[in-house]
Amino acid sequence: MPWTRKDLLGLEPLSAEELRLVLDQVKAFKEVSTRSVKKVPALRGRTVVLCFLEPSTRTRASFELAAKRLSADILQVQPASSSLLKGESVVDTARNIEAMQVDAVVLRHNSSGIPVRVAQAIRPSVINAGDGSHEHPTQGLVDLFTILEKKGRIEGLNVLIVGDVLHSRVARSDFWGLSKLGAKVTFCGPPPLVPAAFEGFGARIATRLEDVLPEADVVIALRIQKERMEEQMIPSFRSYARLYGIDEAKLARAKPDVLIMHPGPVNRGVELAPEVADGPRSVILDQVTNGIAVRMAALFLTISAQEPAASSKPAAQTAAVSL
Amino acid sequence: MDAAGIDRALTRIAHELLEQRGAGESVALVGIRSRGDLLAQRLARKIQELPEGAGRPILMGALDITLYRDDVGLAAPQPAAPVIHATEVPFDVTGRRVVIVDDVLFTGRTVRAAMDALTDLGRPQAIELAVLVDRGHRELPIKANHIGKNIPTARRDRVQVRLLETDGADEVMVEEGRDAVDA
Amino acid sequence: MIDPARKLDGERDLLIRDGRVERVGKGLSDAGAETVELKGLWVTPGFIDLHVHFRTPGQTHKETIGSGARSAVAGGFTTVCTMANTEPPIDSVPLLEHIQAEAARVGLLNILPLAALTLGLRGETLTEMEGLRKAGAVGFSDDGMPVMRAAVMRRALEYSRGIGVPVVSHCEDKSLSEKGIVHEGVVSARCGLQGIPAESETVMIARDLLLAESTGGHLHVAHVSTAAGVAMIRAAKARGVRVTAEVTPHHLMLTDEAVAGFDSRFKMNPPLRTGNDQAALWEGLRDGTLDAVATDHAPHATAEKEAELEHAPFGVVGLETAFPVLYTRGVLEKRLELPALVAALTCRPAAVLGIQRGTLAEGAIADLTVIDPTIRWTVEPVRFESKGKNSPFAGWELRGQVRDVWVAGRPVLRDRKILLQNGETA
Repeated sequence: MPWTRKDLLGLEPLSAEELRLVLDQVKAFKEVSTRSVKKVPALRGRTVVLCFLEPSTRTRASFELAAKRLSADILQVQPASSSLLKGESVVDTARNIEAMQVDAVVLRHNSSGIPVRVAQAIRPSVINAGDGSHEHPTQGLVDLFTILEKKGRIEGLNVLIVGDVLHSRVARSDFWGLSKLGAKVTFCGPPPLVPAAFEGFGARIATRLEDVLPEADVVIALRIQKERMEEQMIPSFRSYARLYGIDEAKLARAKPDVLIMHPGPVNRGVELAPEVADGPRSVILDQVTNGIAVRMAALFLTISAQEPAASSKPAAQTAAVSL
Repeated sequence: MDAAGIDRALTRIAHELLEQRGAGESVALVGIRSRGDLLAQRLARKIQELPEGAGRPILMGALDITLYRDDVGLAAPQPAAPVIHATEVPFDVTGRRVVIVDDVLFTGRTVRAAMDALTDLGRPQAIELAVLVDRGHRELPIKANHIGKNIPTARRDRVQVRLLETDGADEVMVEEGRDAVDA
Repeated sequence: MIDPARKLDGERDLLIRDGRVERVGKGLSDAGAETVELKGLWVTPGFIDLHVHFRTPGQTHKETIGSGARSAVAGGFTTVCTMANTEPPIDSVPLLEHIQAEAARVGLLNILPLAALTLGLRGETLTEMEGLRKAGAVGFSDDGMPVMRAAVMRRALEYSRGIGVPVVSHCEDKSLSEKGIVHEGVVSARCGLQGIPAESETVMIARDLLLAESTGGHLHVAHVSTAAGVAMIRAAKARGVRVTAEVTPHHLMLTDEAVAGFDSRFKMNPPLRTGNDQAALWEGLRDGTLDAVATDHAPHATAEKEAELEHAPFGVVGLETAFPVLYTRGVLEKRLELPALVAALTCRPAAVLGIQRGTLAEGAIADLTVIDPTIRWTVEPVRFESKGKNSPFAGWELRGQVRDVWVAGRPVLRDRKILLQNGETA
């Protein structure tokens, strides 16, 4: 089954076959980054717009490297230089970017659903680099790939996602990807931050970490934001760390080969104790490395699946018989 | 071309490769996925079966040239991304004579992509090309060093190489094309 | 002729003189009268909408009394009640008179303004309810800005008992809805959108029902959206609380699943709820718990609605689709009898307001709507009379369309063309 989507908007819409296809492709892209010449000409002459309308260093850097390793040209659009601000029509601005003849728009926005709306409106590929609390599909794929690499499988694993699930786009993308590939997902966190609605989709909800940590094969800790204290969803970082922070003492009762993951950046001493974040079970840096390969695959697959422009039809005929 | 024909062609190419190398010099074969890599494995076996090839060091690799193609996004009537396989060249190509192995030489675009892919892995002393079939109609200034068989074809014909490992039989078939492939 | 107030459903002749229904019967004739043949069509009392936003003054880029009035007439309405949350809000007699003067200038239909319940819609100080009532306010509401202080609501209901007009409550506890944009539930969780819990409506309905019960004031619950809200209103009515309630076509027709595509055309307050809530609303409309269908017609400029979902304003337009949507997807799909739908648009909202309209009884004001039930059409918001194109029903294929509208015996819409005061088409 080939990849036919011009956009990558979330993992929820993908089938298990599509997820397996992408994860399989990521391996080939990972090899490129191990070479001394870390570049292939696959997207030579293509333009990728990195449109990050919410502060981001890691994801943007990862996409930038991915695009460069595929030889694409990059245009950076950042909040300060962008008219894409509150109240303006995002779709209108996206149409302006489209008119510059770009091939892909990598979009990060603090409102859920913006990439979905933009993708409906424009021809270039749209890759969701995180929208509000909705989805962060490339991070989800990174987590799937990293688990697959370390555990050799996803089906049948117990994956525990700890923290602010309500506001986490990573938790949602992880949940869809993991559950479609047969893992059992448990959400654990302070009750106001763990939406019970996910039980309806097959997740398990737990409020006591010690009940569910021992059976976990993988623990994904989510970043907790300061705003949650202001909104009185958690009383303090200290009490959060005591109940939901992963430290060596709590891990003493976990499986010895449990994987510790975090989408970054880590609040050390809150979500993860420093010795856990840097410890032997942590694969946080593998996640960062794999991020580039995942994003190369995302860019390559989505751009390759675009409708050919009308003018390039004759070239397509030649190409079809030459390989 | 039947199984015996393919076998004879590979035997001859194996001879040629050995003749052009000094005694004890290694042979580096990099096959283009898919089928070129299988032919490279057969060539390696042939070399070792020959008296002058016995004990000869052979380096094997496989290239996936998808990321080097010049037709990304132009390829199919139903837009779909190509499937990429891993590139596995587990030796350093720098300073070596490397033989690219493929099944059919046609426009030359695949070989061009393979040369780009190979040179991204290092700086070979020389790159050679071995193909089972040369069917003509080059679009680039590319010529094979070792050819199993020249088969004259019309441009619109399709040349199918089938191998035991993947297709259940060894044969080369020329299917007469009708009009231009609908792309 | 369908006149649910008199349980009339059959072929009749109607004689109108001096703006009133003079006679209803079979085989009527009057040598001096102009005859209009409406065979095969349905004639109902003119529709009454308890809840529209015409945005004048202050936000006339969204709608004006003129464009709103044309939209209402195109939808078969002869009476609409305008909400007071304009800029500035209608919290004084001169502002109320301004609306009335505008409405008189536009003509076309009866525009009955509500006045604000509190000064500046701030929920603190009651307006001069007595004086506003005398000047013509048909109700009091801080719609859109729920009255959070129970003491203020209690006082308002106490006054309303004496004044004889309803307090219209937009029941929402802001501390529960916060910055929510869609119903809190499965869809909000899946889409990562901030939720508005059902309790933000139900705790306020509970509070207001208790206050109405103790004060004896007339509470009208605007745009009920929850099953629990319907149940509480039903129970309150059963024990004699003076409460009426309305439901919108969009809450009857749609659920929160519609928001999964992040389209702001489905963003309104209260939000679209679940299928369970939707079923309870239909049941409430059937059994009379919900008195009226009101559109909560809330036009916005297209550019405003195109903003990100969380910044796009709440609200949808509804005047020009209300009847055809409810007929096609309600009556034809057997969720409601046709006379019950007509009642919810005519005599029942009239009873909420206590006005002598919504029937074609002899002597009644001759407001009437003529419907061609055979027309098939597709909702195209660009063709709306309203400035607002933010319809959740865009693209719907509907049966039945309003053909003519008469207000006080005078045609204002004929063959879907709006007639100006002097009889010319607009």
